[in-house]
Amino acid sequence: MQITGSQFTNTAALYGNDLATFPDYPAEIRAPAGTLPGVSGFQIHFASEDVYTPGDAVDALVAMNPAALKMNLQDLRTGGILVVNVDNFKDADLRKAQMTSNPLEDRTLDGYRLFPVELTKLTRAALKDLGLDAKSMDRCKNFFALGMCYWLFNRPLDSTSRWLDAKFKSKPVLAEANKLALKAGFAYCDATDAFQVSYEIPAAKLPPGTYRNISGNSALALGFVAASQRSGLPLFQGSYPITPASDILHELSLYKHFGVTTFQAEDEIAAAAAVIGAAYAGQLAITTTSGPGMALKTEAIGLAISVELPMVICNIQRGGPSTGLPTKTEQADLFQALFGRNSEAPVPVLAPSTPGDCFWIALEASRLAVKYMVPVILLSDGYLANGAEPWRIPAVDDLPAIPVKFQEAVADFKPYARDPETLARPWAVPGVAGLEHRIGGLEKQDGTGHVSYDPANHSRMTHLRAEKIERMVRDVPEAAPVGDPEGDLLVVAWGSTFGAVTAAVRARRAQGRKIGHLHLRHLNPLPANLAEVLARYRKVLVPEINLGQLRYVLRARYLVDAIGFNKVEGKPFTISELEGKIEEVLQ
Amino acid sequence: MSAATTLPVYKKKDFQSDQDVRWCPGCGDYAILSAVQSVFPELGIPKEKFVVVSGIGCSSRFPYYMNTFGFHTIHGRAPAIATGIKLARPDLDVWVATGDGDALSIGGNHTIHMLRRNVGIKVLLFNNRIYGLTKGQYSPTSELGKKAKSTPYGSVDRPFNPAVLAVGAEATFVARSVDVFQPHLRATLKKAAAHQGSAFVEILQNCNIFNDGAWENLTHKDMRDDHTIALEHGQPLVFGKNRDKGIRLEGLDLEVVELGDGVSEDDLLVHDEHHESPCYAFALAHMDRRPGFPTPIGVLRAVDAPRYEDLTAGQIEQATAKKGPGSLADLLRAGDVWQVS
Repeated sequence: MQITGSQFTNTAALYGNDLATFPDYPAEIRAPAGTLPGVSGFQIHFASEDVYTPGDAVDALVAMNPAALKMNLQDLRTGGILVVNVDNFKDADLRKAQMTSNPLEDRTLDGYRLFPVELTKLTRAALKDLGLDAKSMDRCKNFFALGMCYWLFNRPLDSTSRWLDAKFKSKPVLAEANKLALKAGFAYCDATDAFQVSYEIPAAKLPPGTYRNISGNSALALGFVAASQRSGLPLFQGSYPITPASDILHELSLYKHFGVTTFQAEDEIAAAAAVIGAAYAGQLAITTTSGPGMALKTEAIGLAISVELPMVICNIQRGGPSTGLPTKTEQADLFQALFGRNSEAPVPVLAPSTPGDCFWIALEASRLAVKYMVPVILLSDGYLANGAEPWRIPAVDDLPAIPVKFQEAVADFKPYARDPETLARPWAVPGVAGLEHRIGGLEKQDGTGHVSYDPANHSRMTHLRAEKIERMVRDVPEAAPVGDPEGDLLVVAWGSTFGAVTAAVRARRAQGRKIGHLHLRHLNPLPANLAEVLARYRKVLVPEINLGQLRYVLRARYLVDAIGFNKVEGKPFTISELEGKIEEVLQ
Repeated sequence: MSAATTLPVYKKKDFQSDQDVRWCPGCGDYAILSAVQSVFPELGIPKEKFVVVSGIGCSSRFPYYMNTFGFHTIHGRAPAIATGIKLARPDLDVWVATGDGDALSIGGNHTIHMLRRNVGIKVLLFNNRIYGLTKGQYSPTSELGKKAKSTPYGSVDRPFNPAVLAVGAEATFVARSVDVFQPHLRATLKKAAAHQGSAFVEILQNCNIFNDGAWENLTHKDMRDDHTIALEHGQPLVFGKNRDKGIRLEGLDLEVVELGDGVSEDDLLVHDEHHESPCYAFALAHMDRRPGFPTPIGVLRAVDAPRYEDLTAGQIEQATAKKGPGSLADLLRAGDVWQVS
């Protein structure tokens, strides 16, 4: 189902629609088909206008079995198109979905435009001459459904056909089977007039340029390769497999010809530790993980702060605590990123707003890490990681430069001498005669780096480590809300809620409300003018997919009476619920 | 610049840092530090290429006293950090100083994985069978029944034998020496330095504060010859004060035999450190667990295997040779793209 969804996505993108997707799948690899926990879904919102979210209610739903219908019917708008595979609505299928009566017969579906299709039978009939067994034929039925969707929305089949040829290069019969199923689904609609009408969604008016589809994880991988090229530093990734971050490791392991080293470590701790080693040896070092892995890396991040080495730690957040909801999204690791270490251990924290923004935030995190000689935490989430959107491909020359300076001068070298502007210490990599020195996690004397237990020195070093992060505010763009520059309400948000908040604020402003939307990409340090911006609005609303972590920070730091809107269902906000909250706050 | 730039002639003092050594007076670590500082000048490696990495514990203060690049890291993680250094810079000569608690308890996972990957790192495991820095708790190598701060009724933990563990991970170089056997220790360190791949050296070390006499039966002059056996490649396994005992193969097992009375050195096992099967080294390493058997010192195992960092760099080279150096512009435009005008 995920493949079918991504194929529809690519086809819509190539057609020129703007779009957003929401893949929603179980944590189990092969959860029993037809059961409620086994439902794998893919939601796509595509349009001829700007798209900010995968959409609240859906206009068309394809349900391959009763379980899929039961789990998703509440999202289908009244009067919406509902395609079901009737071959999978036998008594046994209903039992698997814990249904006592057949919804195709009990009038449950009266409010929808129901299209019962014998998807399994029709697919088998289309493939009968290929000599495949029944199981192999049935695996093609999703492509029959995809063919029907292509007819419904007037999409060409060629992009998916090309993809199938490439995917099954070594098994041409399977390429043929899936293509036949795709065409059969399309032809079925043509011949039967099943839908009566089809829909034309013209291309969206996006800014001029060359576009591709991109998911957040893929954008992060590309962003780090770009950062490696712009800095001239070889990229080193040390990671341990974890959902939903593993795709970054998979993708970067393909890019060895870019000089990328990927190290699949024995555990999360070793991944972070190897990254510290690679950073010490002069590489652009990154590790990628999710919340539980982040917890294991905590001590290593503390070491990186203490020895002042640059690296980027990506946390692709998921529902928690503990193992939590591995495949579902959440934004609840902000406190962990900001405060989750022993002692005074500040780190910069950045968060991308959209899948495409993951590319830019990877570059920015890398740039800040090497400029200030600090570990940087990058907070993405499962929704950004797997969601896709059209992305305007930048020209390489337009990418930001990432200047790097290694210590070369031997005379008067001190490992903890400081750049007067950034307070960064020199990056003195092994192999340079005359620079031999010792560093470590024990407190060091500023300047010499010798072990020091001196009380005044510890105070000085603690303040220096904090001030280094505070000075980084010079690299943080000023807060500039979108919408009304002052007024009744400022909606402050961060991370993957960008699309839903943008759409909700736009809709309410169209109704005459005076609202600004501020989306924070830098969560530490916060923009220098934030206090002043917050004061320009009568009320401040902070919607988050957690119980109010950014709100807590804003209240503590700016003494602002921020109102929270919080949801922890493993799902993103819908536009309508945000609009509802905005109206409630404005009353 | 000419590749034939001559290497400076180093002396021991070139490898001594300006930091005061702060181990307890009488600690075995002094002897190990002295041996390492004596051996490094003789290795023919530029001083700036040495990186000494450590974890946490008494032994892990080691890098501060070496006038090389040094990194005192966090508890147990030195092998992982060293792996990152070696992957990034295979040209560096990376040494890890660690202890029985650091390498086998909190960092046991990293130790075995570094060894099985065969990363080109030399590991010096200072084994004093006690936690020293935290003031006297039993360690994963403490003997069963050990009475220590946290085991007033005696330890009920079965101990690790570090060499057995290393051989179990199929380490390509496993050796053992003793802090007070200076010539033997220096010779063993040189062999480790020459090994291509992970070199694991267990150094039996005395903690005169919390575990004094930990290895006395091996080091006391009246006992050592009967309780140790010095392994020499190609030589029969003979030991004893009067060189009157040996190790013989009996079926799949080893046995201790008295020489004479029909048993000669020709009947004994001849040490082969290059034996491909780790079972041989395992049998040797395991001897000191058995009553009547001596503790082997020297090189138990030294076999060739590809180094992890070479395989990793090789994949990058091969991919680059095949595809050409990556073009970022092409990468960003890979797959289906479309124009909006």
